[in-house]
Amino acid sequence: MPDKRLIWIAGALLAAMALFLIWGLQGKVWFILELRATKLAALVCVGLAIGTATVLFQTLSNNRILTPSIMGFDALFILLQTGLVFALGGFGYAQLSPLRSFALETIVMMGAAVFLFAAILHRTRQDVQLMILVGVVMGLMFRSITAFVQRLMDPSEFTMVQGAMFARFGAVDSGALVASVVLLAGIGLWLWRHHAILDVMALGRAQARGLGLAYDRLQFQMLCAIAALVSVSTALVGPLTFLGLLVASLAHSLMQSHRHQLLLPAAALIAALILVTGQIVFERILQLQSTLAVVIEFSGGLLFLILLARGRIR
Amino acid sequence: MADGRVRHWRAAHPYIATGVGLILLAGLSLFIGVGQLSFAALRDDPQALQLLIISRMPRTLAALLTGASMAVAGLILQLLVRNRFVEPATTGTSEAAMLGLLAVTIWAPSWPILGKMGIAAGAALMGTVGFLALTRRLPPEQPLLIPLVGLIYGGILGAAATFIAFQADLIQYLAIWMNGEFSGVLAGRYELLWLAGGLTLLAYLAADQFTVAGLGRATSLTLGLRYGQVLALGVVTVALVSALVIVTVGMLPFIGLVVPNIVSRIMGDNLRESLPVVAGLGAGLVLLSDMIGRIVRYPYEVPAGTIFGIFGAVLFLRMLLGRRSHA
Amino acid sequence: MIKVSELTYSIAGTPILHDINVTLPAGRITALIGPNGAGKSTLLHLISQQIPFDRGRITMGGLDLAKTTAPARALKMAVVGQQLGVASRIRIRDLVGFGRWPYNHGRPTPKDQEKISEALSHFDLIGLQDRFLDEVSGGQRQRAFIAMASAQDTDWLLLDEPLNNLDLHHARCLMTQLREKVDREGKSVVIVLHDLNYAISWADHVVALDKGSIAFEGPLTEVATTDSLSALYRTPVVFGDLAGKPFVQYHR
Repeated sequence: MPDKRLIWIAGALLAAMALFLIWGLQGKVWFILELRATKLAALVCVGLAIGTATVLFQTLSNNRILTPSIMGFDALFILLQTGLVFALGGFGYAQLSPLRSFALETIVMMGAAVFLFAAILHRTRQDVQLMILVGVVMGLMFRSITAFVQRLMDPSEFTMVQGAMFARFGAVDSGALVASVVLLAGIGLWLWRHHAILDVMALGRAQARGLGLAYDRLQFQMLCAIAALVSVSTALVGPLTFLGLLVASLAHSLMQSHRHQLLLPAAALIAALILVTGQIVFERILQLQSTLAVVIEFSGGLLFLILLARGRIR
Repeated sequence: MADGRVRHWRAAHPYIATGVGLILLAGLSLFIGVGQLSFAALRDDPQALQLLIISRMPRTLAALLTGASMAVAGLILQLLVRNRFVEPATTGTSEAAMLGLLAVTIWAPSWPILGKMGIAAGAALMGTVGFLALTRRLPPEQPLLIPLVGLIYGGILGAAATFIAFQADLIQYLAIWMNGEFSGVLAGRYELLWLAGGLTLLAYLAADQFTVAGLGRATSLTLGLRYGQVLALGVVTVALVSALVIVTVGMLPFIGLVVPNIVSRIMGDNLRESLPVVAGLGAGLVLLSDMIGRIVRYPYEVPAGTIFGIFGAVLFLRMLLGRRSHA
Repeated sequence: MIKVSELTYSIAGTPILHDINVTLPAGRITALIGPNGAGKSTLLHLISQQIPFDRGRITMGGLDLAKTTAPARALKMAVVGQQLGVASRIRIRDLVGFGRWPYNHGRPTPKDQEKISEALSHFDLIGLQDRFLDEVSGGQRQRAFIAMASAQDTDWLLLDEPLNNLDLHHARCLMTQLREKVDREGKSVVIVLHDLNYAISWADHVVALDKGSIAFEGPLTEVATTDSLSALYRTPVVFGDLAGKPFVQYHR
């Protein structure tokens, strides 16, 4: 029997999705519907990915304020994407089908994330603030290197691939979308079967090992999953630093539970709900373009500061 | 006395090393760039001399002044906040200055550059004071909380700036202010930076006051320091320097963070001794970054801010992960 | 002398000190004693004007301290607090040198150098003078701050639990130095002490605080008795005599 609160959120999400599809529908109905459906699918995928990735990362780092974005995962993905373009040449990259390039990027991303963040988590587990600061600085470094690599490219080559690299909600590639849905479904299934293990992992490494969990192997698997989820959201819309934080703390305060069976779907659904309603408000009501990300940054950042000031972060 | 001579030598040789390094770098910098320039040409070709005076010399000076003043601003901020991990780019100072600049650009685009700079400096001042007020509420035994809060606070101000810039169609301005680079520097377009250099000199005159302030409020009071005045002087200096640099060449993160930490490791924090070296090292590293940026993708240029962003981050990570557990 | 009259201080509505009236004699060592949380450090902070107070008056030789400026006060009293954590890296000789800052504002005279060297040698810091403050032990750092206050060469010296991190040798050296400053140079010392044996061995005058009020105060020999000390600490304290010197026993 699913939790009542989850049903409510799912209901709200469905309503928002329907509203998004049919609001002000006129003219070439089928054409517009197709455009909107693609966009909607992207929004929902991104929401599910960010919500899930954040809760998983918080479980892994044993901390309620860390998110993959704060730790520089998004920036790493963009760096890898840029690096790939540089390595293959703009022309070579453009020749890859979107599905192929997405798969390639995701695999490289998993490798890099596991390599880097396993080391960081290990080195800084005792000191949360150190961990965050290292993550933030790494994010800045990834961004600088990305900028550097972009400068190294031939300017004409760069403009040619820029569109392919930085898709927005407005222009989502259907190939990448299909790949995202498949990835999300796979990870969702895996999490569905292992949610009880996650509850134990949330107790921390020492306790989890004491209870007989192969913690390090699980950590490896989870880092892979997180990396894949971040690939999904970043490839579809680019970095959203604070959405995960916002969503995870909402999920925690709504569910009042440590159980991942409730937390994971709650965070995923809330994230999708925020994105879809946010997009409706910004695009249809306020007639503002592409500013949703900035507003989410702003409110998520404020929430972070409030959490800090209230001493909720240790 | 042999002992005294050793002390003098130890005191003198960082200055000599910094000075010699700076002169060499500056000399090299004059001859690197898209336009060919050589000693021989300087003698015979009036155009070469022109290139030197109008472009290369100002560019070199701008990089030196920026590096020196940003490094010193970072040092002052670190002593006043009493935290090793802050600098103008991690305390909301730069983002606040950009908000101020945006406001002038929207409402009074015809103002002279000095007026715009003044508004930016005022906004930077408010941003920094806001950050100091925030840090007062944090427990002092958690030193890393302060830069963390500063980064988020800067992020919020930055998001606000992006939002406004987007609505006013000024995003490209924001991109220019955020990416420090020197390729646009020509004679007549960088002279505001001399003001930043002057502020650095002023900070040197108040070196002892800042050193004492760095020992904490209680010690400052018992030594009769007017703590509030020194705090105000420091914050105003930092805000002005940040605003000047953003207006003329754009933001250069990490310099104020990395340079004072390196110098402090070696020489300590007696500003009377260390401030010239901090300024010199900052100047040298920025100039070096600019020179690398000129060479690495010749004939195109990579912004100095991007180059230093990479080195700075690597150095800072080493600092963070290599620090002793109690620090 | 320092005269404290009708001093009241509270933090967020909780009274820390109420209605304190006490005179700290000049040319003496005055020990501030009392159980934890009695308000000893707060009193020291209030006297040195590090925190503003709600009500009352503190005068030094008739001069209202609240109306003096920080530079003027720095020439009259030096303070060593308990929180000596310093984020900046500074050499011990430079730190002690800042004790002369109220006089020279950064332009040290030969006389200043002499005072600095004197303070360094009095507190056994000559061998450490070129070390950075964050590279020495807690006790050594504490001695450096005390040496700085000593180089400040003021009529009054206020010390908040200076023996905390010191070993037997350096604790005794510090008390000897303070005694000499009082006896030879006519300085006045106010010192917060926890170890009653140090208090009865070295102080001339005692001010005992309990729960934000004065429990008793007066010349050591008159007010420090078995009864008064036992009541103050709510622990049996027995006066004895060890090799001809007064001694208190309270350990068990």
